[in-house]
Amino acid sequence: MALKYELSKVEVWDGNMAASHALRQAQVDVVAAYPITPSTPIVQNYGKFLSDGYIDGEFVMVESEHAAMSACVGAGAAGGRVATATSSQGFALMVEVLYQASGMRIPLVLNLVNRALAAPLNVNGDHSDMYLSRDTGWISLCAYNPQEAYDFNLMAFKIAEDLRVRIPVIVNQDGFICSHTAQNVAPLSDEEAYEFIGEYKQKNAMLDFSKPITYGAQAEEDWHFEHKAQLHHDLMNSHVVIEEVFDLFAKKTGRKYNIVEKYDMDDAEVVIVALGTTVETARVAAKKIREEGIKAGVVSLRTLRPFPYKLVAEALKDVKAIAMLDRSSPAGAMGMLFNEVGVAVLQNSTKKPILSNYIYGLGGRDMTQENLLQIYRDLDANAKANKLTHPTQQFIGLRGKKMAFN
Amino acid sequence: MKGWNEFEIGSVLFPFNEDGVQAQGKMREERSYTENSSRSASVAHWRVQKPVHNHDHCINCFFCWVYCPDSSILAKDDQMSGVDYVHCKGCGVCVSVCPTNPKSLLMFDENEANEEALKQWPQKEEKQK
Repeated sequence: MALKYELSKVEVWDGNMAASHALRQAQVDVVAAYPITPSTPIVQNYGKFLSDGYIDGEFVMVESEHAAMSACVGAGAAGGRVATATSSQGFALMVEVLYQASGMRIPLVLNLVNRALAAPLNVNGDHSDMYLSRDTGWISLCAYNPQEAYDFNLMAFKIAEDLRVRIPVIVNQDGFICSHTAQNVAPLSDEEAYEFIGEYKQKNAMLDFSKPITYGAQAEEDWHFEHKAQLHHDLMNSHVVIEEVFDLFAKKTGRKYNIVEKYDMDDAEVVIVALGTTVETARVAAKKIREEGIKAGVVSLRTLRPFPYKLVAEALKDVKAIAMLDRSSPAGAMGMLFNEVGVAVLQNSTKKPILSNYIYGLGGRDMTQENLLQIYRDLDANAKANKLTHPTQQFIGLRGKKMAFN
Repeated sequence: MKGWNEFEIGSVLFPFNEDGVQAQGKMREERSYTENSSRSASVAHWRVQKPVHNHDHCINCFFCWVYCPDSSILAKDDQMSGVDYVHCKGCGVCVSVCPTNPKSLLMFDENEANEEALKQWPQKEEKQK
């Protein structure tokens, strides 16, 4: 029996410590991990909790991230509650196994502390690995600060393990800006947290000898399509459960999350759509630019997958100009948010707002207030002219000659 | 044919109709397999060479049984009884690990009849001094 961990009403935690405590409180059966910057402290803290007697589960040391996720899939199929953490290159190495986890419908929780992908080698935060996860069939949640990293970890287990969902969940937080920046975090007590998440409900556990199961069987052209379609269908419908869990969490803690978060959107005409820690910076910029008479707002997402097309369109239906901020190299296209938010808006709204795409903050480059104010001024010019007054895709905070496309 | 919404989630297969513990106690020929298990579905169509088993040389060490990645080595009453050609992919691992001299399992062309293969079996190799 694990020792009881006494928590204060408010703890000073960084995003990693917040995630570690959430994993401890969820009483995870197996954590298999190969630590990588900036997610290292998540499993480091977890290992310390284990050695100090606060955890009953197993900690499996493996030889790579690929092996870490493989061990997690094995333990999950066997019938355990399982979690791990990773970043960047490690996540890229895991990706092959992520498809196994979602295809086998194993409710894993993965903390993805977002970091740039090499080359050049870089340990700082951007969303390259988050974007790499988009087609893996996992639910992808976005936290913007340490409190949310904690809250979303608790909710991730509840969402993943719901029998209507049974899909693994990634909890994203920004490398260093969130993962290594300590803030006040209001945790639940161990009992409250575990009560919220609930006992793990097994489904088709491989170690149930009375009903043996084959996992990972081959299905060629005759059945593969149907299985993938089923996963897609259940992912697209998982927002129902996600909203339920958000509501339950709000009842328990008073902290209400929405799949699409709106800031100052009542009368907004020009809007920034962003993910991660930049959302909070953009909210400050929106407030500041309103002093110049520009009606600015911020829309941000809590679920990258399933992508909330209708809710995004609903949030943006009355605006004149929108900027999608992508913190990942677009690598030969418009940024992902531009593409997905753009489609959502064009398919579901009657008005046709002016859309633009900003690439920013790669490899940990700062996104400053000045950058954001400049984007709002650009948007205001677009709204007044009712057309794009600059190229569709621009790069903010990039040294050298101005770069833009289309 | 089933549609996408008629599957158990996770593309899992249930091998047995009856209780699993009971089924494990029976010989594989006597178990009742589910229709959806891969027991009767051939997954061997990409095999180009097949392993042939020769009873005369086999010492029933079961190395082949341990190493076979597709559980395709058949055994009955503690005796090796051949290869399950419905599931064998022809990888040749069983032949590699077979310790007898000459080997009790050898790879032959897929189209060769097993009786013909057995007639061509090599003689014991003398140890080189």
